[in-house]
Amino acid sequence: MSKSSKFDRRISRRTVLKGAAGAVGLAAGSGAITGFPYVRSADAKVLRYLGTAVNEGDEISKKCLADTGIKIEYITATTDDVTKRVITQPNSFDVLDTEYFSLKKLVPSGNIFALDAKKIKEFDNITPVFTKGQLPNGKKIGDQGTAPWKVLYLEGANSKTFSKTPTEFVTLIPTVYNADTLGIRPDLIKRPISSWTELLNPEFKGKASILNIPSIGIMDAAMVVEASGQHTYADKGNMTKAEIDLTMKIMTEAKKAGQFRAFWKDFNESVNLMASGETVIQSMWSPAVTKVRSMGIACTFQPLKEGYRSWASGFCVSKAVSGPKLDWAYEFVNWYLSGWAGAYLNRQGYYSAVLSTAKANMTADEWGYWMEGKAAVGDIKAPDGTILEKAGATRDGGSYDERMGAVACWNAVMDENDYMVRKWNEFIAA
Amino acid sequence: MMLVFALFFLLPLLFVTIVSAWDYNEYEMIPAFSLRGYSDTFEGCIADLPNLCTILKTYLKTLKLCLLTWVLTLLIGFTVAYFLAFHVRSKTWQIVLTLLCTIPFWTSNVIRMIAWIPLLGRNGLVNRGLEGAGLIHQPLEWLLFSEFSVVLALVHLFTFFMVVPIFNSMIRIDRRLIEAAYDAGATGWQTLVNIIIPLAKPGIVIGSIFVITIVMGDFVTIGVMGGQQIASAGKIIEARLNALQFPAAAANAVILLGITILIISALTRVVDIRKEL
Repeated sequence: MSKSSKFDRRISRRTVLKGAAGAVGLAAGSGAITGFPYVRSADAKVLRYLGTAVNEGDEISKKCLADTGIKIEYITATTDDVTKRVITQPNSFDVLDTEYFSLKKLVPSGNIFALDAKKIKEFDNITPVFTKGQLPNGKKIGDQGTAPWKVLYLEGANSKTFSKTPTEFVTLIPTVYNADTLGIRPDLIKRPISSWTELLNPEFKGKASILNIPSIGIMDAAMVVEASGQHTYADKGNMTKAEIDLTMKIMTEAKKAGQFRAFWKDFNESVNLMASGETVIQSMWSPAVTKVRSMGIACTFQPLKEGYRSWASGFCVSKAVSGPKLDWAYEFVNWYLSGWAGAYLNRQGYYSAVLSTAKANMTADEWGYWMEGKAAVGDIKAPDGTILEKAGATRDGGSYDERMGAVACWNAVMDENDYMVRKWNEFIAA
Repeated sequence: MMLVFALFFLLPLLFVTIVSAWDYNEYEMIPAFSLRGYSDTFEGCIADLPNLCTILKTYLKTLKLCLLTWVLTLLIGFTVAYFLAFHVRSKTWQIVLTLLCTIPFWTSNVIRMIAWIPLLGRNGLVNRGLEGAGLIHQPLEWLLFSEFSVVLALVHLFTFFMVVPIFNSMIRIDRRLIEAAYDAGATGWQTLVNIIIPLAKPGIVIGSIFVITIVMGDFVTIGVMGGQQIASAGKIIEARLNALQFPAAAANAVILLGITILIISALTRVVDIRKEL
């Protein structure tokens, strides 16, 4: 291999570009994954992938390179910084991994390319959760907030207006989503928890926490307020000023009474708070719960009777992308939906957008545990091989249909976002 | 030199000031004159009287943290500098010990702050130790995610910025002055108050400027150590930036800059640094 790599270095760049695809095939075929031809081919097909750390796995980029010859260069930023970057530096990335709720800010900026649904092979197989707002079995799910189907289509290729009916111009191809709820420490709480109201229960004074990302934190707050019967929102994801005032007033009173130990903003902070016992009940993300559990500490992603707050993310393409790069972007998205990545995400406790292809890449036991709410027959392992659950365990919240069917609202950007951020600052200062 | 100053300092500052008077919407800045960034910031300041509005509360809290940090870093920094300058005789040891003061800076800011949790947390070393010694029966909650922990972390971080300039002023003091004071029958305290402190003043003021400007703009330390529950002027700017409300963030930055300049100019009134250097 070293001989041939020396030879490669001598030949001109043009020949290499031409032969790049062949080189990938050769390298893959010969089983030599580490040779120079790989680096060469990487020079040819590179996509800059902007997103948060949550979905940027090394495993995924390695597998993608092996399957398609496309090298993914991750650009990692926080949720807020990703949005900032799309708006201020649209030339600095090719593929964008973002959430549907950001689209209300991103699409009007004109920096997002309208993808052609016909070029997405599995588009028709994407779960109806995204396209119609219903489960595969036809059950309607909650549509409060910026639900994906409200912002999935554009009216035209260069339109900045979301279409209410399906068109061929798609803003964001879904890849991963989940239903979020409260994480609890069952070993410290020692009694069943079944409602969002428990977050503000004085029993957990000084041991509760919520997210300090205003647009998500206020949704969790709204779930609590509604659960306690103090107010029923027309749309938790699009509150009126009066509703924002009311929600923040209730939260402020709780804060002043010392209900919250700390607020968290970062995935690792939430893991730390929970694992150290600083908090026993808090808003949390599924992989954070998994991480606490993998440290040998009891932690439950507790299903609650009022339902879940859901989020969904996927791929956008920058308007600055054109020519062959655009083809690679389509190739990458198609690869992502073709099953391997979907199975990888499902094994972490997320859900994949195209269920059929993911199922083909998982064992029957894995599919049963993660998607159907069945008891695991053998040990359930994470993608990296560590054991997550012993045989016999069932997933918190049950099957896909039970969890996604109980979604009450979606992460959102409100019309009164500016006012909400001001009120959130007031809440922090209180 | 002037060019670098103009390009990298004055120009950006000018942009911030201009942008602070622009209008904005959900996703872009609109280059039209608007004082919305400012008027929103002071929302409720008159209507809510006699209750304080958000911005005043925030600044009072920031100033309080700043004052506490300043007093503590000054006391500790002055003592450390005094020890280094007058009790450590050898130059080598002075350098070695000064370098030791930089230890807090050997790891990243975030790691340094996360490291406080196992120490001060509910199940942390301090609480375990006190409980083990039978001094307390309930873990002390105020050790972490409180003003106490914020000030502790800030003092731990920034005392160094006091030590260096004060030490620098002290080693320049002519030793014969101290001997003369001793010969004239001054007590140690009198020597300190009448000779060393006045001559170390430029160092004290420079150190104070460092500490005050850093603490006034800090949002990371206050955020992490305060459990994100304590407001600070920097935090408001960050929240505005994250919501893509750049003009509002710029307006807050201009306000913060104005207040910090006021404090610094008051300090330089007390000591004319340029004359003393």
